[in-house]
Amino acid sequence: MTLYAALGAVEQGFVYGIMVIGVYLTFRILDFPDLTVDGSLPLGAAISAVAITNGVNPYVSLVLALAGGFVAGAITAILNTKFKILHLLASILTMIALYSINIRIMSGPNVALLGVNTVFDSVIALGVPSQYAGILIFGLFAVCVVSLIVWFLSTELGQAILATGDNPQMITSLGVNTHTIIILGVGISNALVALSGALVAQNQGAADVGMGIGTIVAGLASVIIGETVFGHRTIGRAFTAALLGSVLYRLAIALALGMEFGSFRFNPSDLNLITAILVICALIAPNIKKRVVSR
Amino acid sequence: MICLENITKYFHKGSVNEVLPLNNISLQVAEGDFITVIGSNGAGKSTLLNCIAGSFFPDSGSISINNCDVTAWPEYKRAKFISRVFQDPLLGTCPSATIQQNMALAIRRGLKRGLAPGVKNRDKLIFREQLKHLGLGLEERLLDTVGLLSGGQRQALTMLMATLIKPAVLLLDEHIAALDPKTATQILNLTRDIVREQNLTTLMITHNMKHAIAFGNRLIMLHQGRIILDLKGKDKEKLTVEDLLSEFYKSQGEELANDSLLLG
Repeated sequence: MTLYAALGAVEQGFVYGIMVIGVYLTFRILDFPDLTVDGSLPLGAAISAVAITNGVNPYVSLVLALAGGFVAGAITAILNTKFKILHLLASILTMIALYSINIRIMSGPNVALLGVNTVFDSVIALGVPSQYAGILIFGLFAVCVVSLIVWFLSTELGQAILATGDNPQMITSLGVNTHTIIILGVGISNALVALSGALVAQNQGAADVGMGIGTIVAGLASVIIGETVFGHRTIGRAFTAALLGSVLYRLAIALALGMEFGSFRFNPSDLNLITAILVICALIAPNIKKRVVSR
Repeated sequence: MICLENITKYFHKGSVNEVLPLNNISLQVAEGDFITVIGSNGAGKSTLLNCIAGSFFPDSGSISINNCDVTAWPEYKRAKFISRVFQDPLLGTCPSATIQQNMALAIRRGLKRGLAPGVKNRDKLIFREQLKHLGLGLEERLLDTVGLLSGGQRQALTMLMATLIKPAVLLLDEHIAALDPKTATQILNLTRDIVREQNLTTLMITHNMKHAIAFGNRLIMLHQGRIILDLKGKDKEKLTVEDLLSEFYKSQGEELANDSLLLG
């Protein structure tokens, strides 16, 4: 792998790391497997791209993406809590609906961001070499998001979110409306995913309706890699591990895509297959280990 | 003061599985009452407590606490008045949170939760002080996760958490039934001390007739969703296990008599 490819992978790891933080929040903290992310990632990209092409400041477009993602997550959570639709199904419904909505927002399947100002231009204007601009700004965003989430989860409200995932009966009898908490939590999660999508779009120079496919699987793979390698004993450690897991995942993918077996090479389109196999292995490994040990 | 008026609750109404766990129950609980609740399985004891706590809404009747009609209030809103300890020691605490985080959650029962720190330094002193009373050494383990504690320790912690801020009513649903006899006695004594100290209005379900007699100032026996025995003060003091058993069998006997009529 060339240094250039490695830098690219780290950059991707950071920007998708923001999405992974969101996935960790629902999947591990709230115990709410949420597939909305496959739709809210391109939603954030679409909102940001359309806003920028209409002359909105790229940073302001990120705020709009955050808001859009929050609404998408909140809808999934409302379908689940208020209308008793199974969380997986509720999130699939929102995800499918977002596919159409994203095309509506972009008035087509994609929007190019050519010759417009993005968040990178402001960093490059400061004199940062363009190949490092991505790592710098995404790293900065990712670290800020991790710090904010870790702080938030230590507040009274954040502790109630942790308790809702851990023991809903207990926190209900302590006076917390778990429905509100789940709506808030899934909303925040998808806001982060949309932010991640917005940054990806500004990086790639385009928003595309198909860019969200496989987001949840990549998110889960990163979460699992992070937990396995870096542990998850405290909240701070768990979220840092999720972010670093994302970087490792992108490095592993870059490595796999660079491999050659005779005349066989992986295509970028094989990414989802590789990821799915990776997640399956990680999920069944503890079972197999248990069986082997008990023999 | 709690006031239940003509509470009726069906489960699976209209189906072949229809049951009537609460049949037109009315109950006035005075402030400071410590009521022990007994009855056979399926008599409606837990349903009665769940109904007061708001786990479900009754099909008819009304509930008020401190002159506030809470019939339509959901469970989380009633938490302002009510503390609960469940039979399962795992239900009362968060396993992955530390002791102090759990207590910090409990000290804001029924209050708004904002962006202030979850665990506050000034509260830690209170936690430590309270834990010292337990005599389990937990005051030195504020940063340990609760998942590491034994069932008895968790139930003791749950008792403390339930009474960190004084509830208008404390509901104990067989809260010692899942513990070994020695731990059960400890938790029971702890319960008595806390209830006495804070003069708490309490409803305690038990299957142990001796406990039902020894604890509290009032005893109610439920059978088939009705209160069939309600003894207070002097009447309760002179009650013996034999008296209770004979009442118990009388209710069972009626059932038999009815059955034999049906079958005959």
